[in-house]
Formats: sequence, structure tokens, C-alpha cells
Amino acid sequence: MRILTINGFRRVVEMPDDTPLLWVIREHLQMTGTKFGCGAGLCGACTVHLNGEAVRSCQTALADTGDGEVTTIEGLDPNGQHPLQRAWIAEQVPQCGWCQSGQIMQAASLLRKTPNPTDAQIVKAMDGNLCRCMTYVRIKKAIKRAAKEMNGATAGKKEA
Amino acid sequence: MAKTLARKKAVQDVNRRQFLIGTMSAGAGLTCGFSLLPAITGSAGEALAAGNFEPTVWYTVDRGGIVTVHIEKAEMGQHVGTAFAQAVAEELEADWKDMRLDYPDPGDKKFTSPLAFITGGSWSVSTNFDSLSRAGAAGRMALMQAGAGMLGVSASEVRAENSKVIAKNGKSVTYAQIVSTGKLDKVVTPDELKAIKLKDPKDYKLIGKPVHALDIPPKTNGTAKYGMDMFVPGMVYAKIARPPVRYGAKANNVDDSEAKKVPGYGQFISVPDPTGTATHYVIAIADSYPAALEAARVLKIDWDLGPNKDVSSDGLLQHAKDLVADSSKGFSFWDIGNAAQVLPTAAVKHEAVYITPLAVHAPMEPMNCVAFEDGGIWHIYSGSQFQGRSTALCAAVAGVKPEQVLIHQVYLGGGFGRRLEADAMVPAVIAAKAVGKPVKLIYSREEDTQNDFFRTLTYQRLQGGVDANGKVLALNQDVCSAWATKRWGIEAFLSDSTDKKGKLDSFSVNGADSWYTIPNHHVRAIENDIAQVATPSGQFRSVAPAWTFWAVESFMDELAHAAKKDPVEFRLAMLDAAGANAGSAPNSVGGAKRIANVLRYAVEKSGYGTKKFPKGTGQGIAVVSSQERSSPTWTACVAEVTVGGDGVVKVNKLTIAIDIGTTVNPDGARAQTEGATLWGLSLALYEQASMRKGNLVQANFDTYTPIRMSQVPDLDIHVLNTGNYPAGVGEPAVTVVAPAVANAVYNAVGARVRTLPLTPDKVKAAMKA
Repeated sequence: MRILTINGFRRVVEMPDDTPLLWVIREHLQMTGTKFGCGAGLCGACTVHLNGEAVRSCQTALADTGDGEVTTIEGLDPNGQHPLQRAWIAEQVPQCGWCQSGQIMQAASLLRKTPNPTDAQIVKAMDGNLCRCMTYVRIKKAIKRAAKEMNGATAGKKEA
Repeated sequence: MAKTLARKKAVQDVNRRQFLIGTMSAGAGLTCGFSLLPAITGSAGEALAAGNFEPTVWYTVDRGGIVTVHIEKAEMGQHVGTAFAQAVAEELEADWKDMRLDYPDPGDKKFTSPLAFITGGSWSVSTNFDSLSRAGAAGRMALMQAGAGMLGVSASEVRAENSKVIAKNGKSVTYAQIVSTGKLDKVVTPDELKAIKLKDPKDYKLIGKPVHALDIPPKTNGTAKYGMDMFVPGMVYAKIARPPVRYGAKANNVDDSEAKKVPGYGQFISVPDPTGTATHYVIAIADSYPAALEAARVLKIDWDLGPNKDVSSDGLLQHAKDLVADSSKGFSFWDIGNAAQVLPTAAVKHEAVYITPLAVHAPMEPMNCVAFEDGGIWHIYSGSQFQGRSTALCAAVAGVKPEQVLIHQVYLGGGFGRRLEADAMVPAVIAAKAVGKPVKLIYSREEDTQNDFFRTLTYQRLQGGVDANGKVLALNQDVCSAWATKRWGIEAFLSDSTDKKGKLDSFSVNGADSWYTIPNHHVRAIENDIAQVATPSGQFRSVAPAWTFWAVESFMDELAHAAKKDPVEFRLAMLDAAGANAGSAPNSVGGAKRIANVLRYAVEKSGYGTKKFPKGTGQGIAVVSSQERSSPTWTACVAEVTVGGDGVVKVNKLTIAIDIGTTVNPDGARAQTEGATLWGLSLALYEQASMRKGNLVQANFDTYTPIRMSQVPDLDIHVLNTGNYPAGVGEPAVTVVAPAVANAVYNAVGARVRTLPLTPDKVKAAMKA
């Protein structure tokens, strides 16, 4: 038994320590915003944050979370209004939508470390996330839009 | 054929069906839909309440004025619901903010025809646009009449706008207020419906506008529910233990002594599949997904590998080559003039063989299903593009009538034709029946890949002849592949050969009946019978046109070069829209002229033929009329590539011009075209599956490698709104990219590669040749 801190809540998880975090989140806690795509760390659909860093939850054992904090798409913003989520709507990114939670979580991790990424930095950060509908052009645009908005907000605060 | 059926059905809606506008029960708001039976006696409300309405196009208006369009199509990324709602709202004069979508359960007997409820072929908007428009208009007229009554004026003195009926004197009443009276009951006759004058496109307020898709917000916050996101109390997990061949294996014996050591393991099931979806299933049951996965892994199964255990891609190709060489094989799909007689007389003759490998759908959501029985009804939660056939298969394994199977609609984490198949539903029902509990079955990625209903491997021989003036005299195209539609066993989907000697699967050759005017033109469809059983094939985004145009458009460039003609002029000469190529109303108005138009457009935008490029860089063109001759979407592509000395093809830019008639949602159409273009590029350069010893070699995304962000070229997409009837947009661009890229590679370095994908080894070999 473990206590897992996820989206700010402490949840009791009675699953073996080597259970992939993905299945703990999806099937045990029934938080289905995190998606299963490949089970091998090759597609990024299962991306969540562990202590703010993007990780592939299918490659992270339950025990690996330690005392860390896990954040999923449901916890990225309390109202689902993270600048990336808004940008995803403004740019009409999702088609089937299955990979998009992972895309957004990956992008959120990028923008936390690199608030104003270049095209090359975006491609490098996002290349591990597959989109079979191939919405890549819009993902790139949405990341730039969100970055602009977040930087604008920061600049605004500084001025104030 | 399915296209024809679907279209006939849609046309019937308008030509023979009444349109019913009424209240199904007190306080329920207004329901608007086409009658199911030809003649309604009594009130519309009674007929609607009795379920006597077509489920294909219908909507409701509640007492708060919210208009809900009920979508009987799979929502798989194309935002079909939003486009349907736009068409209804446009004529209904509803305020866009009042529009909602829902995806009702197709459990009613009306949906159990095996032809019902299919999403594919880029047909959805194209097939239903007229019905949707008339449905909206009929609703508006009824609301105007009732509203006028409430305002105390005649119906001719009111107009409708933003969910309101407004009188000339300025007084108005909202749709909500009108519906709240509960008094509307109207049967619109087929003649009245037909007589409705729809809006002039220049007056459109919603159609042609980039309204935001209604299904996008839940896909940004984790709340959209897909099949895999369903839970039922008391459910257990099922995992298939796959045999090491794709099709034909049987389990002689299963030993679960190791599985019994897995905590949470329940039991195994070993049964033949009565539906033929597989030959035999061995399924492990456990109380969690990881436990089921591990239990299935350690089951010791003695497999009889069956008749396909030695099949390989190379063997399939050799068999195809033999079949094509035998003129007695196959059936004639297209026959104009006498190609066989004329070909030997041509001044310039050319022959070439084009090959496409097996390809895998690989939707990001692996196939899955939740199934359980409750009170005599089997509930199925599983993304489906083809509820009609899937219902029949589930009923067959459950041993119940189709009416007792309810496939609930959920979002699809990718369709692309993969979810026309019921291969996750069938074993889930088998398992749920065996254990007497709800079952959730999830494919691993490896299973999803290796158990796919693949895009068939294809082998095509083209023979062409050009006269001394550079005019194409004759073309013969032999297309050898597995026949995916035949595998479904639905007779209505097959077509007669031109000489009526047999049935063929037109979904294996569509596109070869191109809009080029060629006086002697023959196309033969040949079933690769070994591929048919060893590599069960499915419909794969863009279907046959992805291989037929790959061959035709590569070959046209080759013929042009052989005849020393410019590839653009060479094509334009054949795009004269003469005879049958003039097109017909409504879908193909303008015919070949519209191909010529997009070709010129793409040529101009890309600067094809006018630019100077450094060594190793070049442009190539291709034009297509995908999908089917009765549902063409005119599309041109110019590809600009740079080829390295190592044979690596870098695509710098793709210019696409696509004429889809009337664009219901321009941003949605653009998004579909972007995705389809990159899907086409992915198949052109990166996607390749192969069979060895009866099984697929590739399993996960390390070896099967769809395009990633770093491989995306500059896209210059032009969606042309020509005001014609809406055409499909989800697939056509897929089919135009590969030949454009191959033609560009030839123009860049003189290497002609005729086998997809254009991998460095093939390009390099062709450069040396």
C-alpha cells in the first residue's frame, strides 16, 4: 500500500509497487484523462508530471513516485484554463484527441523551463509525442500562442 | 457501392419521406426528423413517439431553446457533429450558442441493418448535407408559423433570426417560448420538403465560417470519454494471448500453471471464434489490467499455427506477380475502347510495376471494449465506425438477437478505418459471457499493430501507349490486392464486373477509373487470395485511391517523360472533361475541369516549372479525384524535395490545392487536409509493415514509425470553395502526396522509385541504376 499525491490529493493505492503509474492512474483511480498509447515510452500519450517534470507514466513504477507529487491533465489547472489549454482551443488543435493530454502535459513542462521556446526547442521537446491525426502544425502554433500569453502576463506583472 | 447505397438512402430521405415536427411526450420539447415509413397518418408527435423516424438526420429543440443535433456518426477527429450542427443551424436560423450535440445509443432496431451506421469514405457531410439543410429549414418554417400565430400576425409577416421569430412590427418570440407551448405538430410532405428553397450560399451565416468544434474543449482537459475510459462495477480485465501468426491458428492445449501464480488471475478461456474475426481465442481473465497482461504472457499455449504460418511479404508479392501475369485472373472494373488491341500500336510504349507494402492503422487509442449483459441487453462500450455490422457480430457470439445488443457511442481515439472492425468487441463479449461478469478488454500496442486489419499489400502493373503527337492512346492497369470489403461478407458492397462475369471489390480499385480522357482504358481487379486469408485487410484512411493514384500519377509522369512532354501539359491535355468526364449533378459537376483547375492552382502557387533549384532539389506534381468516381474531391499537390547522396529524401514543402465544393467549416476542412497531407507523407516516406512466417514483423512505434513533429515540412494548403456541392475532406489529400514526392525525387536526382515507402536504400539504388 502506498500514499500517492496526485493533483494535490493524497490517495491510498493498494497496488504492487512495480505497477506502472499509468495503470494506477487510469484503471485504479479511474482518472481517465491520462491515456495509454504504447506502453513502451515511445508515444507520449501517458505523459504526466512528477514534481513538475514530464514523465511517461507507462515507464514509471508506482514506487518511483516516492514522496513526489503527480500532476495529470485534470490537475494542470483547476478550471482547465491553463494558457496551453486555452491555446489548444483557440488553435483548434485536437482531432481525435487521444494524444492531446500527453501533448499538453509535455508542452507545459517545456514552457515551465523554457518560457519562450524557439521552433527548434519546441520540436526537440515534442518529438517524442506522436499524434496519429498529425495535428503537429497546430500543436506548434498553440505552444507559441500560450508562451506569448504567459510571457505577456509575466511582463504585465513586472510592470505593475 | 456503399457510397451509392448511402447516397440513395439520403436521397430517399428527401424524395419519399415526410418530415415530422412534433412533441413526443408532454413537456419534452420539439423533435424534428424524417419519417421511417412512407406515409404517416395521425399526428407527427404520435409517429415520433412511436419511434417512426429515420435516425440519420434529426434534432430536438427543448423548452429552453437548446437545439440538440443527434449525431449518428462516429466522432473520430473529423468534428463531424459540428459540421452537421452548422448545416442544421444555418437553415433553422438558430443562434450558434444554442447548438448542442449528442451521440445517441444506436440500440434501436432501426440501426441493426448491417449497412446502417457506418462512418467512412469521407461521406458524412457530403451524403447528408441536403437532408440536414432541409431538416433545418422545415423546422424553421414550422417555428415561424407557430411564432406568427403567437404574435398575432400572418406567417408572411415574420422572419427568423438568432433563435427568434420576429414580426415586421418588431415584436418577437423566442424559439424557447414557441416550443414551450407544446403545440407544434406538423407533417411536412415530401413534395413540400422538396419545394423548400434553401439559402443562397452568399447568405450563409454559419456555413463556411470557422466556428469552433463543439467536441474540442473536453479533449483539452481530460473529460472526453472514449471506450477505454469506461468502468462498470464488478468488472474484470481480459487479455488476449495472441498466437504467433496473424490468422488461422488454433490452440490445442493451454497450461495456466504459471498464470495461477499471478496475483489477481482468475481463469482462461479457450474457444474458436464463431464470427471468423479470429480463428481461435485464448483469453486470460484477472482483476486488474497489469495482472491480466502478465497472466496472458505466461500462459503456455500449444498452438496449431494453421495454413498461413509460412506466409511472407515477399511470397505475397511473388504470388501477385504471377496472378497479374495470368490474363485469366481477376475481373474487369473499367473498360473503355480496347486497350489490349491498341497498346501494341502506340508510338511510345511504357510498362511499370508499382508496389505498396502492408500498412498499419495504429490509432493512438489501442482497440478496446467494455462489455456486459444486463436484463437481457448486451451493453458494449467501444469506439465504432460501423455499429451495424458490429452489432450483428456481437449478437452472434452472445447468442442473442441484434436488437439485444446496444453499442454505446463514445469518442474514438482515432478511427482511420480501424474501428470499422469489431475485433475487440467479439472477444470481450465471449469473455463476459464465459465469466458472467462485465469485462474490459484492452489491446496492448503490440496487439493493436499485429492484430490489425491492415492496409493490403498491393502490386500493380501499368501499361501505357502514347501516339506520335504525345497524346495518350491507351492505358491498362492491373491491380492485385486483398479485398477488404469482400472479407466483410456483405454482398451489397461488391460490384459487378464490367462484363458481368463476376463480382469484384471496387474498394480495391477505386481511383483507377480516373477522370483522364483516355480512348482505350482498361482496369482489372485481381484478388490476391493468399493475402486475403493471411493478411486480413481493412479499410485504411483513403482506401484504394492511396495505391491506385500512387501508380497512375507516378506512371503519368513516366509517360510524359517518355513522350518528352511537360508533365503538367501532358495531364491537362487529358483533363478535357469530355463525355463521361464532364461530371454530373450534384457531386461531380464540372468533372475533369475541376482537376485541371486545382492543378493549375497548385502549379501557380508553388512556382512549379519556373523555379531554379540547386542540384539534388526538385519539384513533382500529382492530381487525384479521390475517393470514388461518384464522390470526387479534386486535389493537386506539388512537392519540393531535396535528396541527399545517401538517398535520404527531405521534403521541404508540400503545396496542396483541394476543391471540396462548399466548405461547411473552413478551419475544420483545413485541419482535415493538414492531417491527411501528413498522413500521405508518412506513408510515402516512413510507414512500412511486413509479414514474416505469417506474423507481422513490426509491433510498436520503434519499428512502425508514423511521422513525428520533426519530420513535418512546410505546408501550403489552399482549400478552394467553388460553391459546388460539399465533397469529402478527410481522406483525399492522403492519396496525392506519395506520387508528388516520387515525381519530385525523379526530377531532383533522376531516381524513379516505384515501391513505397521511399526509403534511403531504395532511392540510393535507383540513383545508381
